Amino acid sequence: MNIIVCIKQILDPEIPARDFRVDSAKREAERGSANLVTNIFCENALETALQFREAHGGKITVVSVGPEGAEDVLRKALALTANEAVLVINDAPGLADPLFVARTLAAAIRKIGAFDAVLLGREAGDWGAGQTGGLLAEELGLPCISFAESLAPAAPGAVQVKRQTDSGWELLESTMPLVVTITNHEKNVPRIPKTRDVMQSYRKPLTKWTLADVGIDPASTAAYYEVAELSIPRKETQCEFIAGDTLEAKIDAFASRLTEVMRAL
Amino acid sequence: MGDVVCYLPAKAGWDRSAQGVLGAGRRLADSLGAKLRAVVLGPTDEALVQGAAAVSDSVAVADHPLLAEYHPETFLAALVAICKPLAPRAVLLGNDTYGQELAARLAHRLGGSAAGDAVGIAVAGDKLHVTRGVYGGKATAVIALVRSPGVVWLRARAMDPADPAGRAPGEVQKVTVDLAADPRVKVVSRHVEAKEGVKLEEARVIVSGGRGLGGPEPFKQLQELATTMGAQMAASRAACDAGWVPASWQVGQTGKKVAPELYLAIAISGASQHIMGIADSKVITAINRDPDAPIFKHCSFGLVEDYQKVIGPLREKLAKNG
Ligand SMILES: Cc1cc2nc3c(=O)[nH]c(=O)nc-3n(C[C@H](O)[C@H](O)[C@H](O)COP(=O)(O)OP(=O)(O)OC[C@H]3O[C@@H](n4cnc5c(N)ncnc54)[C@H](O)[C@@H]3O)c2cc1C
Ligand SMILES: Nc1ncnc2c1ncn2[C@@H]1O[C@H](COP(=O)(O)O)[C@@H](O)[C@H]1O
Repeated sequence: MNIIVCIKQILDPEIPARDFRVDSAKREAERGSANLVTNIFCENALETALQFREAHGGKITVVSVGPEGAEDVLRKALALTANEAVLVINDAPGLADPLFVARTLAAAIRKIGAFDAVLLGREAGDWGAGQTGGLLAEELGLPCISFAESLAPAAPGAVQVKRQTDSGWELLESTMPLVVTITNHEKNVPRIPKTRDVMQSYRKPLTKWTLADVGIDPASTAAYYEVAELSIPRKETQCEFIAGDTLEAKIDAFASRLTEVMRAL
Repeated sequence: MGDVVCYLPAKAGWDRSAQGVLGAGRRLADSLGAKLRAVVLGPTDEALVQGAAAVSDSVAVADHPLLAEYHPETFLAALVAICKPLAPRAVLLGNDTYGQELAARLAHRLGGSAAGDAVGIAVAGDKLHVTRGVYGGKATAVIALVRSPGVVWLRARAMDPADPAGRAPGEVQKVTVDLAADPRVKVVSRHVEAKEGVKLEEARVIVSGGRGLGGPEPFKQLQELATTMGAQMAASRAACDAGWVPASWQVGQTGKKVAPELYLAIAISGASQHIMGIADSKVITAINRDPDAPIFKHCSFGLVEDYQKVIGPLREKLAKNG
């Protein structure tokens, strides 16, 4: 099976809130001292693909749309033994328009050629659009299954997808090709690359295309959405720390506060 | 033309989500001077139809054998078939997983723009403005939807219902949609991870555990505490990813959005992505051994202790308090 995994580079979402700043005039997040990392759900998607390949064979191609520096996240994917990598260079700063990204990914995927499944993250940890998978499926005219945690072979030409729902999970079966968005699960926690594979990743070929190479003209692509405002909400609650001379006194006081709240229900 | 459509899944019935979606839809329609059109897919009940009619200008009920159970492709096709001739200005959905799954694709097929996890929606000039948390809740953005219709999935449970007083109920119409079974995707099986009592999203008291618990065992202790408190159980992403509890327990940016009267976080640090799922709680409190844990910035009161020393005695004390 040929699997394509779409990978986005984002500002480290784990930086503490107190270190996070935005430029409200430009409506962009400030980089500050934060690292650029692979979006966690893209790591979950790659992990899902790696496990499928280990069990059933196949090839994994990773694709990213982003600035030159996004090569880093593709190298990391190669270090995790993805077979091939493609970067479509797009230097436009700020919010990435989900439809523009989906169209660019669709164009790149068509150029890559044969594939059976495209895996994406359920959402990106920066703007959290949660739309690229659905839009890409529409651009490619393919079925889409969201919030998946694993894939398994089914009848020839088909695949079984286990996906999470609000109340549990369900098993869907789809013909290939298809688009799948991946969510986190205990089974797809991303692995750590081996040192040897990290070294080798720098020697693996990485294809770079311009937008023109994939036939995308940013000027003629009408916008989908824009950021009108970006700000940091200021909301802090004053926490009353429960005091007491002994552990027992503290627990008693804490229990009383809980009881008070629950009695008011 | 130019109306507001609210999509209501029949299966969920007349719940807080349906009420919140229609509340937001009613206010948006009024500010646009437009009609509010509720759309129900699937075999429905009177409570939903009457509840929706009371605040809408019309209710379209599409029943079809293929709409008995959710299916991504057929539900999408049905919504497109119903929405397209209406040429709506906005289509609103709840933030359940199925609604989220449908929204972007629906927008694409209708030539519109989607945005989700909206906490607010407003008209600004010729555009719809959607307010939502971004950067894991560290920032708030107002997103202007360029295309029409704007397809928006909402944090519906946190939104005020519409007031039916003084308005004549909307007309209820049965609509037939031409649907064919999708030859590509089939639902093989559905599995409900049953929990006793109300749904997490509707729970009034929640006890939630995090990575600091150190394993699956302590969750049993937490369960006893939760039972004493009449609470539902939840967890952080880290606890779910570790496989200690099912994924459906996760609350946060990419988990459930809860709004209980009381949320007790035990051994959870309070990362912004976790807070995104609990910010609408009335009272947030925590047990954490680190006084600098970010969770305390969101707590009315909190206990700095090792949870292991606290849970047992706390449960006994609460049981005594009754
Ligand atoms: C895009 C994205 C989406 C995300 N979505 C979600 C989401 O939906 N939900 C979510 O929860 N997270 C989400 N996360 C992850 C989030 O950033 C945090 O990593 C996660 O919430 C941490 O979980 P935790 O608080 O349980 O663990 P930790 O951060 O490891 O915190 C453990 C806490 O336990 C305390 N502790 C340890 N031992 C004890 C003890 N004996 N007694 C008392 N306290 C103790 C520690 O002081 C610490 O504060 C997301 C992240 C990203 C990037
Ligand atoms: N610029 C990009 N390059 C490659 N994949 C992307 C890009 N943007 C989004 N994606 C994919 O779409 C998923 C969801 O992102 P989003 O819709 O932006 O929340 C990500 O996890 C990626 O798999």
